[in-house]
Amino acid sequence: MGSKPIEGERKVFMTGNEAVAWAALAAGADIMYGYPITPQNEIMQYWTRLGPKYDKKFLQTEDELSAGFTTIGGVLTGKRAFTATAGPGNVLMQEPMSMAEAMRIPTVVVIQQRGGPSTGTVIYSQQEVTLTCFGGNGEGLRVVYSTSSHQDLFDYTIKAFNTAWKYRFPTFVLSDGYQAKMRESVVIYDPEARGIQMVPTEPYVGKAGTPGKDRPAAHLRNTYNIEEELLEVLSKDIEEYERVAPEIIEYDAYNTENTDLLVIAHGVVFRSAAMAVKELASQGNKIGYFRPITLRPFPKEQLRQATQQAKQLLVVESAYGQLLKIVKDNLYGLNIPIKTLLRPGVGITPEEIAEKAKALLAGKEA
Amino acid sequence: METKEILPKMPKSWNPASKPHKFCPGCGHGLVLKALGQVIDELNIQDRVVFGCDIGCSLLSWDFFNVDTVQTHHGRTTPVMVGIKRANPDLITIAYMGDGGGYAIGSQHLVNAANRNDIITAILVNNTVYAMTGGQMAPTTMPGQKTETTPYGRDIKEAGYPMLGPEMVAAIAHEGAYVARGSIAKFRQLKTFIKKAIENQMAGRGFSFIEALSTCPTNWRTNAEKTWDFVENIMPKYFPIGEYKVPGGKEE
Amino acid sequence: MGQVVKIALAGEGGQGVQSVAQILTEAAALEGKEILYIPNFGVEQRGGVSIAFVQIGDEKIGAPKFKTGDIVIALSDRAVRRVKMHIGPETIFVYDASIEGVEEDLPANAKQVLAIPALETANKELDPRVFNVLIMGAVIGATRVVTIEKAKEAIEKKLGYKFEKDPELRELNFKAIEKGIELVERMGVA
Repeated sequence: MGSKPIEGERKVFMTGNEAVAWAALAAGADIMYGYPITPQNEIMQYWTRLGPKYDKKFLQTEDELSAGFTTIGGVLTGKRAFTATAGPGNVLMQEPMSMAEAMRIPTVVVIQQRGGPSTGTVIYSQQEVTLTCFGGNGEGLRVVYSTSSHQDLFDYTIKAFNTAWKYRFPTFVLSDGYQAKMRESVVIYDPEARGIQMVPTEPYVGKAGTPGKDRPAAHLRNTYNIEEELLEVLSKDIEEYERVAPEIIEYDAYNTENTDLLVIAHGVVFRSAAMAVKELASQGNKIGYFRPITLRPFPKEQLRQATQQAKQLLVVESAYGQLLKIVKDNLYGLNIPIKTLLRPGVGITPEEIAEKAKALLAGKEA
Repeated sequence: METKEILPKMPKSWNPASKPHKFCPGCGHGLVLKALGQVIDELNIQDRVVFGCDIGCSLLSWDFFNVDTVQTHHGRTTPVMVGIKRANPDLITIAYMGDGGGYAIGSQHLVNAANRNDIITAILVNNTVYAMTGGQMAPTTMPGQKTETTPYGRDIKEAGYPMLGPEMVAAIAHEGAYVARGSIAKFRQLKTFIKKAIENQMAGRGFSFIEALSTCPTNWRTNAEKTWDFVENIMPKYFPIGEYKVPGGKEE
Repeated sequence: MGQVVKIALAGEGGQGVQSVAQILTEAAALEGKEILYIPNFGVEQRGGVSIAFVQIGDEKIGAPKFKTGDIVIALSDRAVRRVKMHIGPETIFVYDASIEGVEEDLPANAKQVLAIPALETANKELDPRVFNVLIMGAVIGATRVVTIEKAKEAIEKKLGYKFEKDPELRELNFKAIEKGIELVERMGVA
């Protein structure tokens, strides 16, 4: 009891769900709330096995609405609280996250995307991009990290708590069923040993003193009487979101100078894209890649710069144009052909991307 | 202009800056919140209470008290209060909601919090209608009662029966739970029930649930006399007042 | 693309393909290799064809799934049909010789197709319990992806608790590994 879950660092071979549970522990998360849905179940299962050794709490709720709203409750007490979900659960999760967005509550949610729409498959997809970035009846004032490996899952789960608490926007770690279930090596570590400071938390309710006497009462609301009152609050939030966006934005790029073809992919598909691009580049082709790590806020200027040096783009995703929509939106006004490899709900191999890229490079495909 | 203070004594835990409150004339919310305010004062827990209010007219109480308050979504006050209590058991969490929030859109949360015996207090105001949205049928609309969506009266064959909340909660709740139905027409008894419900949470015994019969003259379209008659005499015929579950089993 | 050995193992639930994948990846980990292992999974808790996709190499593995494997093993008739899509001109396809009624479904495009009497060998010469370890031996025989020493070490690590109660089982498992390698070698892997 009480000792650090991870001393220093060590290399391990585990599933992505296990890596998330370890990362939450390493980040000093206090409580998880969750409802079973494949493929995220093992996050709860590892958390409930590891948690009691370090005085961590867990509540299995009646549904994802409750998982999201209890997570909000946990955060309001100043605890690092989180939940995890997928697919139809992510749909329900949007209601509480819209409240978190409205009230600037730093919730952390891990999404393991599965096939959709509806029940779809329990396996894999990248079809929850729109939902995770822009779900809810709001403006998408949230941070979404798209991971592509177990190392990402571990690193960005820790980072998600810090981003959430530093900027007070709900923060999502967007992963998928492949990453959830596969096993690969990952270095897990104590953040402190890496010089990572955990952003301190503070309670929204239950602070010291009697409200109205020693301090003002916290009157937290998301309802407004008149349009202008709402606009005033929203304008402030939007202004702040846009101001901090450059600090939050992350991306990865390779060979983006004067390319004949720039491949754009995120998440686990990026791995296939990177393999295909490097293989083709080694054969003397002018080909590069761009990977947005934050899908919200999006690395707009960086992608525009890379695009301006490219002859054409290839957007690859396991969805029918959800990343594509974001890309187009961010490239508005630039005159560049955008080609696509869209495979909703199924994995994409490096070979498939290489084949498509070769055809485009040879000018065989319009 | 008349400036002499002739206001009735206000509970210390009320927020004077938000008074006079925003409820309609004749609305029962003020009375339920007065009873709650007096209980908070008497138990001296103003610094430990987190008050959660739902959507519906209950949301108008978001700045009603000088206690930490969270206004949530329709039906979701119960899970927010559960989440707070689980993360910080030292706080006293009170979920305040209407009949629509508790018995319709948020019924799964009420049922599961009751069954888990979560150490929170839920207070549900039953005025037989969806008031904020303009008087539609609620889960608690009485048989034959006219509303905006039952213009010819609630036909139980079509629209089903009114929900008997405390009866349901008492049936599924476990030892340590406290369940009662009071009425603003019996203020002192209602206040006693609320006090017992919060004391039950403070003792860490279990889930506490109070339904308060209340009024909505605006949507009932009744005058003062008929309003009072409905809550005092008609509603209790379908919604009997009393304690439904008391730790140790000594219901009044 | 890169020096990676790609293995797909398919069988009925209960045939232990995921355990084989776990022991094999454990052995590769003991050798300091990079590994990516992904089980397929569907909505059913039981039943259905179970597949393990395993990749082992010297550097970080790229994509989790692959189109065609270097070695693809099927342990039931349904598995033979299910893995067809993962077979290409570079694939060695191995199936159990006792599987009936799949003549039409055997891949025509594989580099090599091997029918090994794994089930029969396990039942007659060893013990039905070590059928899956024998299959692991076949994978090792066909790919040399891990050494036999590390394979045994991984078995010890995974099943050691069982061996304490039943030391004979250890010998059976080790024999199964060797037998599996032998079965494949006897067929002459190209």
